[in-house]
Amino acid sequence: MSNEMYLEWYRQLVMIRRFEQKSSEMYQLGKIGGFLHLYIGQEAIAVGSVAARQENDHVITAYRDHAHALVVGIEPKLIMAEMFGKVTGVSKGKGGSMHLADVNRRFWGGYAVVGGHLPLATGLALAEQYKHTDSATLCYFGDGSTNIGYFHESLNLAGTWQLPVLFICENNQYGMGTAVARASAVTAIVDKAKAYGLPASQVDGMNVMKVYEATQKALAAIRAGEGPQFLEMITYRFEGHSMGDPLRYRSSEEVEKWREDDPIGILERHLLSEKLADKATLEQIDKSVEQELEAAVKFAEESPLPSADDLFAHIYVEA
Amino acid sequence: MREITYLEAVREAMTQEMERDEKVFLIGEDVGQYGGAFGASFGMLEKFGPDRILDTPITELGLTGAATGAALVGMRPIAEIMFMDFLTLASEQLVNQAAKLRFMFGGRATVPMVLRTPAGSGTGAAEHHSQSLENWFAHIPGLKVVMPSTPYDAKGLLISSIRDNNAVVFVEHKLLYKTKGPVPEEPYAIPLGQADVKREGKDLTIVATSVMVSRALEAAKTLAEEGIDVEIVDPRTIRPLDAEPIIQSVIKTGRVLIVHEAVKMGGYGGELAATIAESRAFGYLDAPIVRLAGRDIPIPYNRTLELSAVPQVPDIIAKAREIVQGKV
Ligand SMILES: Cc1ncc(C[n+]2csc(CCOP(=O)(O)OP(=O)(O)O)c2C)c(N)n1
Ligand SMILES: [Mg+2]
Repeated sequence: MSNEMYLEWYRQLVMIRRFEQKSSEMYQLGKIGGFLHLYIGQEAIAVGSVAARQENDHVITAYRDHAHALVVGIEPKLIMAEMFGKVTGVSKGKGGSMHLADVNRRFWGGYAVVGGHLPLATGLALAEQYKHTDSATLCYFGDGSTNIGYFHESLNLAGTWQLPVLFICENNQYGMGTAVARASAVTAIVDKAKAYGLPASQVDGMNVMKVYEATQKALAAIRAGEGPQFLEMITYRFEGHSMGDPLRYRSSEEVEKWREDDPIGILERHLLSEKLADKATLEQIDKSVEQELEAAVKFAEESPLPSADDLFAHIYVEA
Repeated sequence: MREITYLEAVREAMTQEMERDEKVFLIGEDVGQYGGAFGASFGMLEKFGPDRILDTPITELGLTGAATGAALVGMRPIAEIMFMDFLTLASEQLVNQAAKLRFMFGGRATVPMVLRTPAGSGTGAAEHHSQSLENWFAHIPGLKVVMPSTPYDAKGLLISSIRDNNAVVFVEHKLLYKTKGPVPEEPYAIPLGQADVKREGKDLTIVATSVMVSRALEAAKTLAEEGIDVEIVDPRTIRPLDAEPIIQSVIKTGRVLIVHEAVKMGGYGGELAATIAESRAFGYLDAPIVRLAGRDIPIPYNRTLELSAVPQVPDIIAKAREIVQGKV
């Protein structure tokens, strides 16, 4: 692993964290509406796994999608503009926070019907298998999503047809206010994947290095023709499910305990103790992230709203 | 009379029916510990315990089927589906099973269940959390479809829905949850299949459902200042439909505007228009029957676009004027 790579991961982790904090602020100011789901606590997963993808791999995820959008390379300002409902946003202001996408980057977006994108992921993978490419599909979803039919049908299909898809379960311990054990008959989610014949392992989702390593291995297996793979990333969301979550279902002690494993802290300690970076370098990165975000908010503020004509655009392909 | 919100009215109806009848229970995602995504069941877990307030996994199809099965053997479940958009997932059990079992078994089975769900746009929740799909279910024989527009109707209609021996789809509206109105404290039942005249008038009949009733009432105020006297009829239950008050109103006014939030094509307005056209009111019409409904698009995120995707008060005013002035 090169130094630059570590520093880039650090930058991405900090970018996601600060982007989410900024979004939360903007939501409170009424600049962002609808639903807003923050990724704070889970940053290492998007960063470490997307770092392991090759350029022609597909990425698809749920509504908690800002981080995935950032790490596939969408500029923060285009995401912020989307959340402000501006026409300059990645989805032209029509999708908002939960439906970010950039098909040119093979990022097929955020989906807000829980589990609804898992069958789509099998379709992306099916097409690549059909075309005999070496492209894999990285499909992200939460622990709660493993209880809906979509999950089981998709894993079975992927297993049966040996589709080139990597299922990445971000087990943050809760689906809204429901803890895994209250919703899943099998609490080790990897066991559900094994039922469909998928090689599956649990990964420390707070450690970006471990996430990277595990993803790289899984993608290599897919490309070696070993079929679909499954990773259960053990993680935690530090904030509520979405803005306005009354948080009646977990204790602050529990949250505090998980916060000790802050993914940024873990990488930072590693970088400093291994002398891969010094404090000043990291602070420099923090500062540049801050500047980029200021500019992103400014861009979003100043961007125009969609026009009335945009209302009927994009329903059908014209001819 | 005491005023409470629409959301509180829903909770009160569930609570009072659960107190009255042990066979009634609530099943849904995050209805217990979380208190419901919109808070409809807030505090009910503490009151009734986890045997009667059942938190399920994310499993719309599964929970709808479980409610249907339990209803078959004599329970009276209330199932909550967090957003109407997810009725697309629940609909196999609802449409193919719950709606048909009684008929299929020659009248030897009943499915006394209620499926409650919030519909509609206006909260910035975008394409996957904003739809109005009531007409999908109004199309299905064996289901009843209820759409309360006020706190008073919400309580009385929900109580009737729970007591009804059929599968009832009970469509709430997110924007109505916080609206307040007079609601009696004691339990009362408003019969399903009984329309309500929400405002009397002589120049134009507006038939409106759900949140469009309050928008029509708002529009009627402005129209009254211009000398246009609007009558507003709220079907309240769209299946079965109580057509007679609508027909009588149209006979009286000679003009009718139908307003709903769902997309116009294939929407309930078509059914209402046809019902009027097929009735004795036809000969009394002084103007074409007009529908004002959701635009033919998904609900977008952007606030301005979202607002213009469905009828707003000024749209109703403008359309009403056109009809009365003979411009349609
Ligand atoms: C089909 C469906 N049912 C319910 C919901 C409401 N809902 C949104 S997110 C969520 C919890 C999902 O939990 P999980 O899959 O663990 O993802 P996380 O939010 O923890 O990232 C629920 C129940 C939904 N969006 N879609
Ligand atoms: Mg989760």
